[in-house]
Amino acid sequence: MAMIQIREALRQAMQEEMRRDDSIFLMGEEVAHYNGAYKVSQGMLEEFGEDRVVDTPIAEGGFAGLGIGAAMAGMRPIIEFMTWNFSLVAYDQVVNSAAKIFQMSGGQYSVPIVFRGPNGLAENLGSQHSTSVDSLFAHFPGLKVVTYATAYDAKGLLKAAIRDPNPVVFLESELTYGIKGEVPDEEYVIPLGKADIKREGKDVTLITWGKQLFVVQKAAEELAAQGIDVEIIDLRSLRPLDHETLFNSVAKTGRAVISHEGFLYAGVGAEIAARIQEACFDVLDAPVLRVTNRDVPQPYSTNLEKLVMPSTDRIIDAVRQVVER
Amino acid sequence: MAEFFEMPQASPTMEVGTVLSWKKAEGDALAPQDVLAEVETDKAAMEIEVFDAGFLLKILADEGDQVPAGHPIAILGTSADEDISSLLAEYEQRKAAGPATPKAATASPAPAATKSAPPPPPTETGIQPFSWQGKEVNAAIMEMPTFTIALPAAAPGAPPNGKVRSSPAARAAARAKGINLAAVQGTGPRGRVTRADVLRQAAGIAAPVAAAPQPPKRAIPLPTANPGDTVVPNTNMRKTIAKRLKAAYSDAPVFFLTAQFNCDALVDFRTKMKEAGDKVSYNDIVISACAKALRDVPEANAAWADDSIIQRAKVDIGMAVALPGGLITPVIRDADQKALTQIASDTRELAKKARDGKLTPNEYTGSTFTISNLGMKQIEQFTAIINPPEACILAVGSMQQEPIVDDGKIGIGWRMKVTLTCDHRVVDGALGADFLRAIRGYIEDPGKLGS
Amino acid sequence: MTQSESLPEKSSLEAVDAESLSHLYREMLLIRRVEELAAKAYTQRKILGFCHLYIGQESVAVGAAASTKDDYWIAAYREHGQAMAKGVSARAMMAELFGKATGCSNGQGGSMHIFSKEHKFMGGYGIVGGHVPLANGIAWAAKQRKEGRVCVCFFGDGAANQGAFFEALCLAQLYKLPVVFICENNFYAMGTPLHRQSAVTDMSLRALGVGMVREQFEGFDVEVVRDRVAAAADFARAGNGPVLLEIVTYRHRGHSMSDPAKYRPDGELDEKKKSDPIAITRDRLTQDFGISEEDLAAIAESVEVEAKDSWDFAIESPEPDPAKLYDFTYAPEGK
Repeated sequence: MAMIQIREALRQAMQEEMRRDDSIFLMGEEVAHYNGAYKVSQGMLEEFGEDRVVDTPIAEGGFAGLGIGAAMAGMRPIIEFMTWNFSLVAYDQVVNSAAKIFQMSGGQYSVPIVFRGPNGLAENLGSQHSTSVDSLFAHFPGLKVVTYATAYDAKGLLKAAIRDPNPVVFLESELTYGIKGEVPDEEYVIPLGKADIKREGKDVTLITWGKQLFVVQKAAEELAAQGIDVEIIDLRSLRPLDHETLFNSVAKTGRAVISHEGFLYAGVGAEIAARIQEACFDVLDAPVLRVTNRDVPQPYSTNLEKLVMPSTDRIIDAVRQVVER
Repeated sequence: MAEFFEMPQASPTMEVGTVLSWKKAEGDALAPQDVLAEVETDKAAMEIEVFDAGFLLKILADEGDQVPAGHPIAILGTSADEDISSLLAEYEQRKAAGPATPKAATASPAPAATKSAPPPPPTETGIQPFSWQGKEVNAAIMEMPTFTIALPAAAPGAPPNGKVRSSPAARAAARAKGINLAAVQGTGPRGRVTRADVLRQAAGIAAPVAAAPQPPKRAIPLPTANPGDTVVPNTNMRKTIAKRLKAAYSDAPVFFLTAQFNCDALVDFRTKMKEAGDKVSYNDIVISACAKALRDVPEANAAWADDSIIQRAKVDIGMAVALPGGLITPVIRDADQKALTQIASDTRELAKKARDGKLTPNEYTGSTFTISNLGMKQIEQFTAIINPPEACILAVGSMQQEPIVDDGKIGIGWRMKVTLTCDHRVVDGALGADFLRAIRGYIEDPGKLGS
Repeated sequence: MTQSESLPEKSSLEAVDAESLSHLYREMLLIRRVEELAAKAYTQRKILGFCHLYIGQESVAVGAAASTKDDYWIAAYREHGQAMAKGVSARAMMAELFGKATGCSNGQGGSMHIFSKEHKFMGGYGIVGGHVPLANGIAWAAKQRKEGRVCVCFFGDGAANQGAFFEALCLAQLYKLPVVFICENNFYAMGTPLHRQSAVTDMSLRALGVGMVREQFEGFDVEVVRDRVAAAADFARAGNGPVLLEIVTYRHRGHSMSDPAKYRPDGELDEKKKSDPIAITRDRLTQDFGISEEDLAAIAESVEVEAKDSWDFAIESPEPDPAKLYDFTYAPEGK
């Protein structure tokens, strides 16, 4: 085992895969000579060369499309968006090309590509740099959408994403690249579509993903002190979704609260709540609640930003609401 | 080979095209890409071209005609003098048959969702991933999987673990009606109690087993209101009268027996009672007479029950009372055993209650025989409709002085006509006549009634 | 016309002879006939949705295919002619247009999404200009693997205004990718003529912005197209980087089957039909190669047979199997 930063866990995943398979290449802004805007790809240019670690001009639509074409022609590109905010200028490529080529071609061409980059809150960056794109991509059949909270999950999931023959949207977080976590020395891969129970409990099922896990874990500690025992499910995959873990947990507790970054309306939490309500109707003891960003474009100043984000306080309130019902 | 040339489908949304102008005339030779006509679609005016060389043999749609996409507008052929009579005949047939909805050539029906039998209750909580037509699909397809929760079986009479499987709406209804959920039979999925179940419990109705039958089709259409007419919505009473009497009218095969009673003795009897201070009406006496007659001819105190006839034990006489907007029949219970004064008291009380709208259901249902008296309205004679499920109803006309023949001499006497309607399934002609004779016995000799 | 300073005046291809030109002639005629049948099928609701016909532009696809048969092609939604020039059979094409399981995209794509991996025909795209960045990726893979192949990317004058197009030019030149960008300039972007779409009407000038080699020429003569595309392909194949060709052409029909093309000035179509590629090559064959009318009639007859056969095949083919509805969303593991 080693205690490494998440950025290093991600780097290891890419390096290990690129050593096994020379059709894999990394492409994006500042990934090569700058060693990565957030230093995730540090040292990779040196190891793999300019043909496999490729700097791009600021042309997301252009290089996302290039990656997709290369994937169709049999390579396995990793396309980095410096942040997922910028992916929206490449939205047409991801949604209309990557997600649909397998279907349009009647199964002749697959698109084994990974789009990765930091997503969501990055503190005091204003509204255009704070977007959570989860639901924008999870919506479409043909894509897979994956995220992590811990270093262990980051490495195992990125390796699985690179090996997947389908386009994978891999959501990272700028704020947690420096967080350390234990990562095994032996090779391991975490299959996509499996959630992880980060804390077992019996009173309420608390569902989350991405770095929101850390906020949820803090809330869980406080709730334990208040005598409420929550079970935390870290989904890890938004598409595919681990229905089994989800529903079994709710069947056990009878209560569910979902907390995620991003807006409430038409967020992925709404979809999960709908599924829980449909599958677990007979054992629900309370409505399914969601704790998310407040419905405003992200403000810059700290006090307002804290107000907007789904905080431990609001999570604790929601859990108490479903328990005291 | 002559062929139809059809109105083209110029755009996905086009349903009908209008022929604006013909660019070729019948008999003209055609080359590929020659413009045949100009046509207006939903989007624009378009020139339609022919695909092959040939001749325009017949124009089927005139300028200005609207033709659905896919329908013929002309007949084209490879030579100028082809015989197109069979095509023309076909065209006339198609026109006569009426417009057919053009079908998309490659439309395929959606695969029928096969409704399988409800699965047995699960023994384990488990998930079945979404599958399609028996095949596994990729886990990243986000259709809803099936998730079944194994719930502990209910101990007989007791809800499991203190929880009855019920919907929130059902629980709210149970609270409102003061109903114990555990006592409600659930008809929702896997025995879940629904709101409808709770409401049924509250109304004392058993759970439905079959779909409600369709109402019969109308042979005669309903009337419509003309200007100046007033449309009066039906009250519940009107609706009930309509329903019950229509059923009686259509179900029971009835016949009518009319008799004229000599009421001279009746008039004396009643006058004497009046002088003695007993307020008894003629109708009261008729009620008493019928009640006692029903004891004499009990077969007329009965009801048709399809595979049996129910012989009533009690004589409960319904008395038709007119109300504004309808009528109601309060019941004099055990009329055969009551003294006339008692009957009179009952009828007075019931009539008042009826007019005040204060009759309870117990007071206006359950009669075994009904009397309808329109004598006070100067109706000499009429036929009444049976009050179902009774076997007979007596229609009593006005009592009036009439010229009579007595022992060869013309005199004046009090006479009253009554008509007995009988359900022939229960009461035959002879029986009906016997019953009327029994009534006559009491009317014409009221002393037999006692007081 | 802008002759390129960098492309040679003549390509490395040998001149055509009677046989090779007859072959090109037949290819164009087959495309023409299949497209006409597609138009007829559309009016009979056997083809649904959108249908964009290539009639009048056949020389561009057929000329380009002469030197790039084994290269990668990618195109937009007016791609029936291009797919057939690349080798997709009339049967596979017609069946796909009819939405049948025997279509080259298994009935999943329809008119706008013709794909054939066997022929390296990589689609068939409905977003104007959206596919152009993909050409760079295909070329990237070919270059990395040292295949010696180019990617030929077809698009129209309308697409040359799209952001994705500019980004693609930028990246292609920066990375020196073996792409031949072919802008088929038929002077109309849907219903809007070029001069109302773009401040410059020489679309090849867009290459100047990124320093790319470019050429503009009329493509009504299949021999001209054949030579110039070969020259461009030679250039790119040799590792010199991409080329932008603007080939002036004309479509005889509207933008799609729903468009009566009323925006064309009177007489323009008749005037342009005088440059009908099929007529041009027909004249060349009879005048300069001594091909007889009978030979031409025989070619026409064989084309007719092949075209009608594709119709019958499409009619008789089965619809896609509903049981496979979910099979085309995700590639299975191990692919």
